[in-house]
Amino acid sequence: MTTYFTKEHEWLRVEGDIATVGITDYAQAQLGDVVFADVPEAGRTVSKGGEAAVVESVKAASDVYSPASGEVVEANAALADEPALVNTDPQGSGWFFKLKLSDVSELDGLMDEAAYTAFLATL
Amino acid sequence: MSMNNIGRVTRLSGDQLPELPGGVTFTGNRALMLEEPLLFELGSTDRCGVDLQSVPEAMDRLGDLARTAPIDLPGLSEPETVRHYTRLSRQNYAIDLGIFPLGSCTMKHNPRLNEKMARLPGFADIHPLQPQATVQGALELIDRLAYWLMTLTGMPAVAMSPKAGAHGELCGMLAIRAALDARGDSRKVVLVPESAHGTNPATAAFCGFTVENIPANARGRVDVDALKARLGPDVAAVMITNPNTCGLFEPDLVDICAAVHAAGGFVYCDGANFNANVGRVRPGDLGIDAMHINLHKTFSTPHGGGGPGSGPVVFSEALAPFAPLPFVRKTREGFELVEEMQARESADHNHSFGRMVAFHGQMGMFVRALAYMMSHGADGLRQVAEDAVLNANYMLASLKDIYTAPFAETGPCMHEALFADDFLGPVGLTTLDLAKALIDEGFHPMTVYFPLVVHGAMLVEPTETESKASLDQLIGAMRSVAERMLASPNDFRTSPHLAPRRRLDETAAARKPVLGYKAA
Repeated sequence: MTTYFTKEHEWLRVEGDIATVGITDYAQAQLGDVVFADVPEAGRTVSKGGEAAVVESVKAASDVYSPASGEVVEANAALADEPALVNTDPQGSGWFFKLKLSDVSELDGLMDEAAYTAFLATL
Repeated sequence: MSMNNIGRVTRLSGDQLPELPGGVTFTGNRALMLEEPLLFELGSTDRCGVDLQSVPEAMDRLGDLARTAPIDLPGLSEPETVRHYTRLSRQNYAIDLGIFPLGSCTMKHNPRLNEKMARLPGFADIHPLQPQATVQGALELIDRLAYWLMTLTGMPAVAMSPKAGAHGELCGMLAIRAALDARGDSRKVVLVPESAHGTNPATAAFCGFTVENIPANARGRVDVDALKARLGPDVAAVMITNPNTCGLFEPDLVDICAAVHAAGGFVYCDGANFNANVGRVRPGDLGIDAMHINLHKTFSTPHGGGGPGSGPVVFSEALAPFAPLPFVRKTREGFELVEEMQARESADHNHSFGRMVAFHGQMGMFVRALAYMMSHGADGLRQVAEDAVLNANYMLASLKDIYTAPFAETGPCMHEALFADDFLGPVGLTTLDLAKALIDEGFHPMTVYFPLVVHGAMLVEPTETESKASLDQLIGAMRSVAERMLASPNDFRTSPHLAPRRRLDETAAARKPVLGYKAA
């Protein structure tokens, strides 16, 4: 199980060819209190770098980009009733969707945790 | 204790702040600060403020849909109703009460001369379905306003009917769509820079286009290289805001327009910030194809609750044939409202995409806008832009030593000054805390958290109608609030303290909205 990060502050945790996607702790802190998360339905195809979800906070609405291409196999239904999970547990129960990866080699360009931490230090 | 220059006490010191001996009042009011119940709590369903005739028996054609339960509307007498709304209005903030520095909104004074003209019976008491022969003056007014809008923008055509800024954007983008359709071109992509108004991508998406962002450069302007790199045979249009929503002039517009045209696309300009350009820059000279003009911003018609808005759209030669109906035309006999397209009549409008509104637009706003133009004259309008820019730069120069001013080093701003909340980071406070503290100071806060290109944006647009004294008062308050926030941050985490309500829980309001007036 490996976790990857993007410069757009999404994370992606890979188990086999299934990846779980969410936004990072840094992203939720920047957004402020999340009030709504629009996650893609199972069956939808997303492409790397394409818009996959929308997250809305008291300050702003932001697109969430898919860190990799594939088909959505599950959306986090819990976010509909409790969008606060994105704030309280962004890298755990606040996940957005699960993806069946279509091209595992797309993960090569993503950052690991150490590289992402170093990237945050430059912001 | 502070006094004014003739020795009158103008401010109570801390220990003199009003407090009622023995606690709270019976009513919850604090003298002229009134605690107003909801309309539903005030009225009761067993009385009625007016005498209604009893309804004669009529054939019921509603069947199962007929209401059987009482509707429970609160009955109030006329004075109760008048007082309710007047009391509520006293808790409101308005341009007639003080400076309203809401960035991007151009909350300028609404001259009373405009109101006098709009109340002339020949304008106020006419109906859109009256025979045209009886409203020649009104039609002439529309034609004259259209002439001045075209003259000020250097554009050959104008659609008067759009009812506000975003409606104008829709009008412009529909014309672009019609022009593309007319040449059998199925371009689908609209490029929107990060520094554009938030309504731009929404408009493009509503018209069926795919929206792509173009990043801002380090100077807060459109990244021209990124934009040019993206241009191609799939790009229908670029929507650009000038001055942009960082309050900065886009210096490369001529270059951008030429590149977009060379690639076969159109340029839409969001003209909401035309207040900074009027009399100085003509969008037609820059190569813009369509631009809306907010009469309720640049041309001083009422705005924000006092509206309605009005958003005429000017068009280039290329788009003019696709402009919507109706329009006013001068004929030998007088003025005519052209409502239907007949090809033989007007070759220049024979591709009109149709109609956007039932009638011809916001007549009352047309009167006010023309009154504003004529009372200012050409030199006055030029000075509007100059003073709007001067006032914003005065704000920027007076605050940039305390407030983070992201693009201040790139030169002067236009009509609005952009600040960020980085300076509050070390004490753990944010733009929201500062905005709430300004409410305690008796000001409507500036636009907050927009644009998104800076951290915790505060966008201040003072407008040209504020005096130096008024600007100094806001600057004084903003400096004082910032200094106190940095010195004792804990005092500000729960601001406002003096408003009729303390800090509202925006998160709970969004997550668990209570939309009924009774507890469920």
